[in-house]
Amino acid sequence: MTDPTPLIERVARTDGPGILATLIRLTGDFDRAEDALQEAYARALMAWPREGAPDRPAAWLNTVSRRIAIDRLRRERSTAMLPADLACELDSVDKAHSIGDDRLRLLFVCCHPALPPDTRCTLALRTLGGLTTREIARAYVEPEATTAQRLVRAKRKIREARIPFEIPVLARLRERVEAVLTVLYVVFNEGYLCTDGRALLRPELVSEAIRLARLTVELLPGDAEAVGLLSLMLLTDARSGARLTGEGELVPLDEQDRTLWDRARIDEGVRLLDSAVARRTPGPYQIQAAIAALHATAANESATDWPQIAALYQALRVWTPTPVVELNAAVALGLATTLENALAGIVRLEARLELSHYHLLPAAKADVLRRMGRDVEAAASYRLALSLVTNLTERRYLERRLASLSKS
Amino acid sequence: MKYMLLIYGDERVWSSLSQEDMQKIYEAHRAYGEAMAKAGVMVDGAELKPVATATSVRFTGGRPRTVDGPFAETKEQLAGYYVIDVDHLDQAIEWAERMPGMTDGTVEIRPFAPVLAP
Repeated sequence: MTDPTPLIERVARTDGPGILATLIRLTGDFDRAEDALQEAYARALMAWPREGAPDRPAAWLNTVSRRIAIDRLRRERSTAMLPADLACELDSVDKAHSIGDDRLRLLFVCCHPALPPDTRCTLALRTLGGLTTREIARAYVEPEATTAQRLVRAKRKIREARIPFEIPVLARLRERVEAVLTVLYVVFNEGYLCTDGRALLRPELVSEAIRLARLTVELLPGDAEAVGLLSLMLLTDARSGARLTGEGELVPLDEQDRTLWDRARIDEGVRLLDSAVARRTPGPYQIQAAIAALHATAANESATDWPQIAALYQALRVWTPTPVVELNAAVALGLATTLENALAGIVRLEARLELSHYHLLPAAKADVLRRMGRDVEAAASYRLALSLVTNLTERRYLERRLASLSKS
Repeated sequence: MKYMLLIYGDERVWSSLSQEDMQKIYEAHRAYGEAMAKAGVMVDGAELKPVATATSVRFTGGRPRTVDGPFAETKEQLAGYYVIDVDHLDQAIEWAERMPGMTDGTVEIRPFAPVLAP
């Protein structure tokens, strides 16, 4: 048989997080769960070339990793308990939890307030997103050892303080929802625009984030921001079919073929947004969803309601005055008024230290300069952006823009 | 799983309370302790005397030295504790949230390390 590695890698990406979540519940321990899953991958690597790949590889990995986990627990506890009792105990634990969703439980563990905020996203990307420590380190622009250390500490805290693998009761859900939405948005964004890697998209991360957002909305139907986030994800993802050419090249929003946008997703997103806004508890996700909705429902680039988008970005600045939002606000204001305004706003942001490594700042400046016909300055900004960008698809896009300038 | 709930607050605020207000808080602690006992989670609990009564034995290079005062001079002091036996952290948090007399201050939750087998 051929090398099973690509098949194992594919199943690991699509089904790995789900299998891992169940193993964490069974063993009550992140490290034990990860070890059992790794061992199952190793056995697949040995067995599949010999016996042929199973018809349902995910089910195979699920069964084998579970057996490995139970065997190991049995060995550790063999002095304390008879093996048969342990198997029974694990089975009954399994049945009691068969309703519900292990990945949703895992999400709530990752978002537990006993964990530091920066750790929550790291843990979620590692376990729910299935990203490697190296990929997370690149996303956060930090040494791999720092990411690894944070994960070790988080797992130890969960184990030693005994953070439960449970969906909290309603009263507690409300205090945790903000952390949950933050983590879901990070997972979604990493799927929509990977920081690292050859591909721009990780569709399995996007669909998992949307799936978990739907479950969160079901848990908290009255929460306008949860609905807002789900709407934002759907409206953003609706454009994914038009974001890349057949050759995998990035297509900017203003050049996308709008007939390729997913109308059903847009309709659902808009409907959700309307229901969220009707609750009259505004928030940053609803505002971003409203911006996405204006783009999604514009017949073409020139029909885009830029004054309204610029106004929404001003509102968003009040909620989340991050440099990234400031940048988008400046660009939107420019497109609603004059390019000089956009340029002035971007130049003001250049003084801010926290944006000095952010490739989209010089990229946005280059785009505005290009539209103004100031090609030489635009080229310099594209070069600066190229020196900062980490995603290969974005890199190629910037290179094309730069090349088209020197031709003209 | 055993957790210690460590009650931190400003002693000056406590000592400035009227006799009547103090009695109310003691009453609330009695009720709290009874609720814990009824739920079957109560292991132990006590109020501590003020830090002015504290004595510390400090070690430097393995040599003990007795000094006056608490471990650290802070704005909030350890005023008392409870030891509870519950299933997991969320239950410990629920009990901590019900701590009487906490207008300001902190309840720190610390899991017990397992007792090593001999």
